[in-house]
Order: sequence, then C-alpha cells, then structure tokens
Amino acid sequence: MRKDKKGINYTLPITLWLTIFFLIPMGIVLIYSFLKKGLYGGVELELSFEAFKIFLNPMFLKIVFKTILMSLGVTIITLIIAVPTAYYIVKSPYKKMYIYLIIIPFWTNFLIRIYSWMAILGHNGFVNMFLKKIGLIDSSIQFLYNTGAVILISVYTSLPFAILPLYSIIDKFDFSLMDAARDLGATNKEAFFKVFLPNIKSGIFTAGIFTFVPMLGSYVIPKLVGGVNSIFMGNVIARQLTETRNWPLAATISSVLILITMIFVLLGSMTKKRGDDYE
Amino acid sequence: MNKRKTSLFFFVFSMVFFYLPLLVIVIYSFNEGKSMVWQGFSVKWYKELFLYSDELWRAFRYSIFIAIISSVVSTTLGTLGAIGIHWHKFKYKKYLKVLGYLPLIVPDIIMGVSLLILFVTVKLKLGLISIIIVHTTFNIPFVLFIVLARLSDLDYSIVEAAYDLGATEMETLKKVIIPMLLPAIISGFLIAITLSFDDFVATFFVAGPGITTLPLRIYSMIRLGISPVINALSVLFIGFAVTLTLSTTKLQKYFIK
Repeated sequence: MRKDKKGINYTLPITLWLTIFFLIPMGIVLIYSFLKKGLYGGVELELSFEAFKIFLNPMFLKIVFKTILMSLGVTIITLIIAVPTAYYIVKSPYKKMYIYLIIIPFWTNFLIRIYSWMAILGHNGFVNMFLKKIGLIDSSIQFLYNTGAVILISVYTSLPFAILPLYSIIDKFDFSLMDAARDLGATNKEAFFKVFLPNIKSGIFTAGIFTFVPMLGSYVIPKLVGGVNSIFMGNVIARQLTETRNWPLAATISSVLILITMIFVLLGSMTKKRGDDYE
Repeated sequence: MNKRKTSLFFFVFSMVFFYLPLLVIVIYSFNEGKSMVWQGFSVKWYKELFLYSDELWRAFRYSIFIAIISSVVSTTLGTLGAIGIHWHKFKYKKYLKVLGYLPLIVPDIIMGVSLLILFVTVKLKLGLISIIIVHTTFNIPFVLFIVLARLSDLDYSIVEAAYDLGATEMETLKKVIIPMLLPAIISGFLIAITLSFDDFVATFFVAGPGITTLPLRIYSMIRLGISPVINALSVLFIGFAVTLTLSTTKLQKYFIK
C-alpha cells in the first residue's frame, strides 16, 4: 500500500465522475421534492411541501405497498427456482455446458426476452393460435395484461441474474459438510436448512439484490404486459415526469423509492452479517 | 436421492422456461405469414429487416456508437480507480469505495430520472451526450468490481520490481499493470458494451426527441404487438448472445465470481 499523490491521480477521475453524475443528481432529486411545481414542468425556486401530500393519498400508499409486495414475491419465486437449478448445475458433470445455457439468455436483449413472451401469450400469440387451430377455443384468451403476466415475465428476466451468483457460491461449497451433518444424525432436511443454506447465503444475498432492486424500479414490464391495475412506483414516476409534468412529485416518489431500496439492501446485508457471527 | 430429483426438476423447468419462448420466436421468424399461424417457410422477414428497415439500422448505429464511447470511458475510469483503490492510500478512499458501489443498488429508472433532472437544471441539451453520460455512469461500478477482483489475485511485488528497476509510473502502468489486468479489462469492457447496448429505461428518460437507440426503437415496435420483423431481429440478438457466450469462456469467470 503506497501513500503518495499517485493514489489521487488514479482515483480523481472516477470520484469526480460519480460525484457529479451520480451523487449530485441524487441530491438534486431530494431538493426538487421540496420545491414548487413549475407551470410547464420543471420547478420554481420556492419552498413547498405540496408534493408530500401524496403520502396522504391511499391510492399512492397502495401502489407503494404493491410495488414492495410484488418485488418480494418475484424475488422469492426467482430464488426458489434459482437455488435448486444452480445446485443441479454445480453437481452435474456437464456443468460447463449448462452454465453456458444460463449465460445465453443473460446476454440476450432485455426487451427481446419480454417480447418473446408477448409472442407466445399475446392475443394473437402462439398459444391462442394453437388452441384455436385444434378447436379448443373460439376466441382468444387474455393471458397478458394482468399482474400475473408481470410476475411471470419478471421472474423470466431475473432468473439468469440470480442463477449466476448462486452458481459461483455453491461451486465453492464443501459438500462433505452435508455428509458430516448427516453422519452426526441430521436428516436430509436439517442438513439442507442448517448447513447448506447458511453457507451459501452470500450468494442468496447477491442473487436477491440483483432481482429485488430492478423490480422495485420496474417500469417496462408493467407497461408492456401489465393491465390497468398493474401500476407500480416506476410507472407513477414516469407519468409524473413525462405526462403530468409534476416534477416535485416525481422527485418525491423517486426519493421514496431510493429510501425503500436502501432500507431493504441494509436489512438484507444485516441478516447476512448476523449469520456470519453465528458461524 | 430425493434432493437430486427435486433439483433436476427445477433445472429442467428453468431450461424449458428459458428456451421455449426463444425457440418459438426463432421458428416463427421463418414464417411466411405475418401472424403466429404457420403458413410455410420463408425468409421474407429477414429481407424486410435487412433491406427495408432503415430506422432500425439507424438506431442500431447510434446504439453501437454510444456503447463504444461509454464503454471506453467507463473502462478507463473504472480500471484506474480500481488500481488506485487497491494499491494506494488517499484521503477519500472510504468515500470512493461506497460511491463506487452505490449505483449498483439504485434502480435504473432512478438513474435516468435523476440525470434527466440534472441535465434540465444545467440546461444541457438532451441527445447523444446525455445518453453517453448515463451509460458511462451505470457501467463504471461493473468495471470497477471486475478489475478489483482481478487485482486481489495479483502479486504487488511485480509492480514494485518495475519501480525498483527504474520504470516511471507511466511505463509501469503501460508495460506491467495493464498487461496483467488485461483479461479483467476486456471482461469489464464487454460487460459495459452489453449493458449499454441493452439499456432501455435509463436511456428512455434522457434521450430527448432527436436520438433513438435500438432498444428505444424496439420498444416502440413491440408496443404495437407482434411484429415479424422483430422476430427476425430477435434471432440476430439470440445468435449474437450465443456467439458471445461461446467466444468468451474467460469472461464468465470474472462475472460470476
């Protein structure tokens, strides 16, 4: 470790960049939520708490609650699928090939992955056309445009991001610990929950963050395949910013979203740490 | 044995789940008809894509340009930053370590919204520059962490040897440090290119009326429903993902670390 001017030479550009283009914009968002709404978008330099009235709006509180609930739901479903899948890949003699099969959808464009489900489940999609052809139905079934479709497609887009970090952690796990636990009288179930899961929790944490954080800011998927009731915080922010042009309100909701994200990430890392002490 | 079966079930489920929709798209991209009813084999949608989709290709060129510039900038800043954090002491090190991590845990949409507000506040015209700034910002943490992971495997005594033998800082950087870090730098650069090329949400807010990137263009097309041209385009994307995966065996080693 060297202490000289060179450290600053190396790190000043990145520090300035992130301060100017990340930290300061976050600060401006926070300040905007205390300003008065401009007539045609933007703000006026006048202190106002108008935007905070949104917290008294039950509709808005319901959207916040729904956003958190859906993000947790998608994260849990994703993890339930991802953990055994990653486990199977690690244990398989073909793990190299299988991991490629996970990376391919990971590299495939996000919108294309959403679109592929629209092509299957849409009004004129593959499934409806197929069912019509074999005469099972006369008119199309509406699979899309509801919260179920949002959850399905969100799990689909998150899954590779969850499997990859879990894979790398499980790959390092010493499976003889499981045998040891069983030799000492633990059942399969106990060995799984008390030995395996606690040991891979840093992978579960990373996978959970990679799923949960983008879900909180979810905008595109509800917009494309959600119904009239699938409105989440991301959609409200976008509407306030681009349509209603109430910038202080958009800023306030953004601040709430940042706050919720931070709380959950902190909670997550705390449970991770508490487990570490326990070991 | 029971567990083996359970995990096999989930594995098969994941694979079917991943590949069924992609497979359907690949097959129907060769469909003669416009809908999802099979009407015979045809490559006419590929013809349409390559010959008569000027707007898509213009968007594609913008996306390539933005991806390259933002990846070069973020790779440079991220690599230098990682070297500084790992090998040097300086005052604001703790601050930078937190700052370098934070963009990873902020949703995309917030990045777009906050930078839009910044750009409007300082009256920067929305367009290429604003998009490049957004992409560089969300790419930096990825490069930073990939290079930091590589640095922790490296032996500092090699760098010290270079200094002891009289190499200047610039020479050491060019001839010792960067060659040692090259696999990580390439990985970081490729991840940055992909993330930039893939981004819709953050770009959507800062693009302004003049510039349409490829994801923005795709979005406006798929909003209207199933499009056979998008089917054909999807096959190119999937093919690109397969090629990239097969040709970068080293890459995944860094990313999934």
